[in-house]
Amino acid sequence: MSTARDDLARTWSGRHGGDLDLRLTDTCLRDGSHHKRHQFTTTEVRDIVAALDASGIPVIEVTHGDGLGGSSFNYGFSRTPEQELIRTAAETATRARIAFLMLPGVGTKDDIRAAQDNGGQICRIATHCTEADTSIQHFGLARELGLETVGFLMMSHTQPPEVLARQARIMVEAGCQCVYVVDSAGALVMEQTADRVAAVVAEIGDVADVGFHGHENLGLGVANTVIAARAGATQIDGSVRRFGAGAGNTPLEAFIGVCDKVGWRTGVDFLQIVDASEDVIRPAMPEECRLDRMTLMMGYAGVYSSFLKHAGNAAERYDVSGAKILLEAGRRKLIGGQEDQLVDIALMLRAEQDKAAANG
Amino acid sequence: MTAVSNQKLTAAIVGPGNIGTDLMFKLLRSEHVEPRWMIGVDPASEGLRLAAEQGLQASHQGVDWLLEQDELPDLVFEATSAYVHREYAPRYEERGIRAVDLTPAAVGPAVIPPVNGDDHVEAMNVNMITCGGQATIPMVAAVSRAVADVGGVSYAEIVASVSSMSAGPGTRANIDEFTRTTAAGVESIGGAARGKAIIILNPAEPPMIMRDTIYCAVPPEADRDAILASVTAMEKAVQEYVPGYRLLQEPQLDEPSPATQGQLKVSVFVEVEGAGDYLPPYAGNLDIMTAAAARVGDTIARSTRNLTQDLTQGATR
Repeated sequence: MSTARDDLARTWSGRHGGDLDLRLTDTCLRDGSHHKRHQFTTTEVRDIVAALDASGIPVIEVTHGDGLGGSSFNYGFSRTPEQELIRTAAETATRARIAFLMLPGVGTKDDIRAAQDNGGQICRIATHCTEADTSIQHFGLARELGLETVGFLMMSHTQPPEVLARQARIMVEAGCQCVYVVDSAGALVMEQTADRVAAVVAEIGDVADVGFHGHENLGLGVANTVIAARAGATQIDGSVRRFGAGAGNTPLEAFIGVCDKVGWRTGVDFLQIVDASEDVIRPAMPEECRLDRMTLMMGYAGVYSSFLKHAGNAAERYDVSGAKILLEAGRRKLIGGQEDQLVDIALMLRAEQDKAAANG
Repeated sequence: MTAVSNQKLTAAIVGPGNIGTDLMFKLLRSEHVEPRWMIGVDPASEGLRLAAEQGLQASHQGVDWLLEQDELPDLVFEATSAYVHREYAPRYEERGIRAVDLTPAAVGPAVIPPVNGDDHVEAMNVNMITCGGQATIPMVAAVSRAVADVGGVSYAEIVASVSSMSAGPGTRANIDEFTRTTAAGVESIGGAARGKAIIILNPAEPPMIMRDTIYCAVPPEADRDAILASVTAMEKAVQEYVPGYRLLQEPQLDEPSPATQGQLKVSVFVEVEGAGDYLPPYAGNLDIMTAAAARVGDTIARSTRNLTQDLTQGATR
């Protein structure tokens, strides 16, 4: 019986003639959905997929920012149903494979089936980095359906390397072909990244790939990704122009430039992806993803990157400090998905301010 | 049914795990239900040991053993798994034993005590939905009844955050069933035209107390004071059997906008602290299940007793 890794090698290295050292996934159309407040149109998806595909990006992720079924009061409603966006992406891509994300507890197996029907080929299943066992039924289904599988251990900065390794093992045994160390809060610094990736490689590297997904909240997206690759990560996430959550994701075009200099083959044309960044990606962004007070707080306090817009909304609605909301979210150890608690925090801050004003 | 006036209904708890054991301590305080048997399959079970200590007949020989006894319980509380309950539900019914099902098997109608607690007192089998459902559906129903005159709740969404420590292997392996069953209850019992459920397992140390957020989309012309009054009244109704159930904030109303899809958005924030009977207080999600099940047992016992009294009076008249 072939191992999961053999199957995967046929899927991606084989597809590119074994010419790649690293396989890149662009997540503008998934993590960027947060920055876009889930307002992508089919035209934008078609244009972005065409540009990324033409430059040689091998995998493009398309879903609501919070994964399949994420369209909601809690995370924001999608302007266009995500299944329609997945179908548009699959119809547009000529070489790239279309990936989709799902979070157990938010999406369901029915959503995975629908995404495959619409042309999605890679099923990426994300859990908080201590809760991998909630993904077992979904990996089982994805493999049964013949989908390629990826597992996401979110908020990896919160757990030591050995915990991540154990959780990665649970995913692989459930059918996951590549486990990502996901720095959801952009809070990891390089040695911590290297130790975590190395531990997961040591645990599952003989049977599955290891990936790294970085954010820019401390300005370390590219640096962390380089060191992750040196530690054995072979699948890499990023977003062209940082179009993502928080201060944005690892800027993929910059990383591709670095890979060219270091001699790692990604199969992507640097000049073409830089043009795509200026001419296609940037025009679809409401604004640049910035390293500012709010996003720095996220990296510093270890806060899930997609809380940014929700904290901003709550700060505005209740006239309190958005940075303080994020710091409190870090203190409460909130994890991905608990966006609802940001309003509770804002109300608490509002009450404190009113009390202070009354006493003053 | 053998119960006569002023006598408690007898009960067996099947499944001596965390839920079954916590339920036992609640039933030991009941004025209407007497837990007499605790049934498991593992002789080393801590729950069986505690049950024996409390004077229950504790057996590790499973439901088959229970059904072979000369005296059978009036009620069975099933705290095993959906799979096990589906297998045994017909056999309980055959023997005239009424089942309160704490698994997601959904063999019988679903019950949320303060919403439809009296609707299914005659049913041979009732289901307790999920912990997230027990914590949130009362609030969906509270908003629904307050806006019924203007068209009701068009969409309700609930987010349940529980500590990882309190989510057992059953919940973890069947998280889709949790969201699906809860969403169905938000619609069928909560009264929302469309329902959605989200669950988050948070591993923070010390463990977080269960928190739930309930969002409802209602017509902009809804009576806002009526919504707030109804939600507050529902908080009190749940507190009758779950004292640690409380609103964290006054319900928030967001004016219609594209982000609310043109509806008035009602947000209700709830915390559920457990009674600490057997499970620690942070596990409010498990406490609200066992408390609701005990409440349902009491309701069945009371209605059975009334029925028996009626029959007795009828016979002597």
